[in-house]
Amino acid sequence: MRRALVIAVPYFWLLALFLVPFLIVLKISLSDTELAIPPYTPTLDLSEGWAGFRAFLAALDLENFTFLTTDDLYWKAYLSSLQIAVVSTFLTLLVGYPIAYGMARADEAWRPTLLMLVILPFWTSFLIRVYSWMGILSQEGYLNQLLVGLGVISEPLTILNTNTAVYIGIVYTYLPFMILPIYATLERMDASLLEAAEDLGCSRLSAFWLVTVPLSKSGIIAGCFLVFIPTIGEFVIPSLLGGSQTLMIGKVLWEEFFSNRDWPVASAVAVILLLILVIPIILFQRNEQRQREAEGK
Amino acid sequence: MKSTLAPLAALAVVATAAGADEVRVYNWSDYIDEALLEKFETETGLELIYDVFDSNEVLETKMLAGGSGYDVVVPSGTFLQRQIAAGAFQPLDFDKLPNSANLWDVIKDRTEQYDPGNAHSINYMWGTTGIAANVAKVAEALGEEGPLNSLALVFEPENMEKLQSCGVHFLDAPAELIPAALKYLGEDPDSHDPDVIAKAEPLLAAVRPYVLKFHSSEYINALANGDICVAIGWSGDVLQARDRAIEADNGVEIVYNAPVEGALMWFDQMAIPADAPNPEGAHTFLNFIMDAQNMADASNYVYFANGNLASQPLLEEDVIGDPAIYPDEATLENLYTTTPYPSKVQRVVTRMWTRIKSGT
Repeated sequence: MRRALVIAVPYFWLLALFLVPFLIVLKISLSDTELAIPPYTPTLDLSEGWAGFRAFLAALDLENFTFLTTDDLYWKAYLSSLQIAVVSTFLTLLVGYPIAYGMARADEAWRPTLLMLVILPFWTSFLIRVYSWMGILSQEGYLNQLLVGLGVISEPLTILNTNTAVYIGIVYTYLPFMILPIYATLERMDASLLEAAEDLGCSRLSAFWLVTVPLSKSGIIAGCFLVFIPTIGEFVIPSLLGGSQTLMIGKVLWEEFFSNRDWPVASAVAVILLLILVIPIILFQRNEQRQREAEGK
Repeated sequence: MKSTLAPLAALAVVATAAGADEVRVYNWSDYIDEALLEKFETETGLELIYDVFDSNEVLETKMLAGGSGYDVVVPSGTFLQRQIAAGAFQPLDFDKLPNSANLWDVIKDRTEQYDPGNAHSINYMWGTTGIAANVAKVAEALGEEGPLNSLALVFEPENMEKLQSCGVHFLDAPAELIPAALKYLGEDPDSHDPDVIAKAEPLLAAVRPYVLKFHSSEYINALANGDICVAIGWSGDVLQARDRAIEADNGVEIVYNAPVEGALMWFDQMAIPADAPNPEGAHTFLNFIMDAQNMADASNYVYFANGNLASQPLLEEDVIGDPAIYPDEATLENLYTTTPYPSKVQRVVTRMWTRIKSGT
């Protein structure tokens, strides 16, 4: 009984916060647009009972999904989002790993402070932090003023409203999600393993590659997923920092929803996006599970 | 940004004290003198919750989703027309709006094409879509002969190529940019024929590589700070940018011109959603806004013309006397209006717009 309850809680969580919203979106993706409130048809009318439900089901079709295949915009946007997500995950790893490594190697008395410094930016609104990047990166912004002032460049650089700004924004925003899991695995690592490796003739660099990196693999994977998954559907950062050439599925979805008032097609785009994301999430789950089993818990 | 955030902050504070005596207004950003909001609260004893948006699309989605919780919203003419058709607005009760006698027939005649009989809405402000330019920077890029008052400035690739380095913003509003492109090509700007609309694409696509950003509100600050030198924007917004630059005393001189080829004339209409929680309070707000002095204060502050005849003697000279705000007869003749696209055409337009903006 108790066991059933323990299992029921996460399943209820999944049902309420994932499955129900997904079914609502799926339902809209199968309907048609109409100039009305809400702007799609059919809407489910339960007052007619079973017959009403049957009529509702009969009116649904896959038209909106086939529509997505007729225009190359959609797969281009999916691909471009994937590309931006992969590159920025890699960049975040490149920046985040040394930071996590430094934190884990720091004096024990310092670690809580360093950890605090990583978490601290979350105390400010995410939106404000992205806005401040606009101030830093703009044509007359602080970065250009500094570089021109130092004589490094003579003409201000155009960074804001380009993909470069989007990468900067994403790496900055998601960096803590990369650092924290890597730090967690590195901190747990037994330092005597490194000594052993060096005793056995490893150089410090090869000890790092042969011992430290493999042992922090689970942290790297966790960090990469935590960055990759939200980045694919990212809307705020590309719309504030990106330019007109930044093509991401989040923006396409916005346009379907707001400009075309086509909720059904917008929902179809969202359903496909979810399917693309479910695959890495399942891989992530598998990895977690395997790790837990390996640790014998 | 400052004036956009301030009401939002106020909203956060007020939202905790929700009650029946409150009116929720959803208006465009940078579109009112905030002193008027306080005046409304003191005069009527109603609590005002004032929230802002910067695109008709956002407003329309909220309206069509239903249950927005707003009592007064401000769609533009074409959007209003479609939302009325969807049943989003309630007819106004003019017995509760004695100040509607102040409205200006010239504008009422024109808004009637969107709202037959002006039954669902009153005009708040109107204006034109035109060209903003940083005089010094454009002269630097194009020489003194840069055509500041012609669409050639923004639609000729050779001009845009030279302007690229100092920054050009376009409104992210296909329903305004495509008519402007068609007008420049000598076509009917209000065409709903996909074949005619398609003619705008090569023109816009040719200048797109030189456009820094398509956005409908960032250009105000960007112009004022000197971050960009040219924008296609809304008349009053550009004039606000001009004034911010003067206030900042940063040496930036901004001018606004309605293009000589003809400019789009648009109308922002105040309306009450069908499901407004407080229609009584909404009428009180509309009546307050139509007061001659209040409307004059609003126009004096935001530099947009209004549809209120009685307010005109109370307008400052740099508003009523500025042809960029109140165009003279000749310019007025040269202005055109548009009507909403049917949904099939809308999809063609949006898709074309995405293609233009993203290059795909």
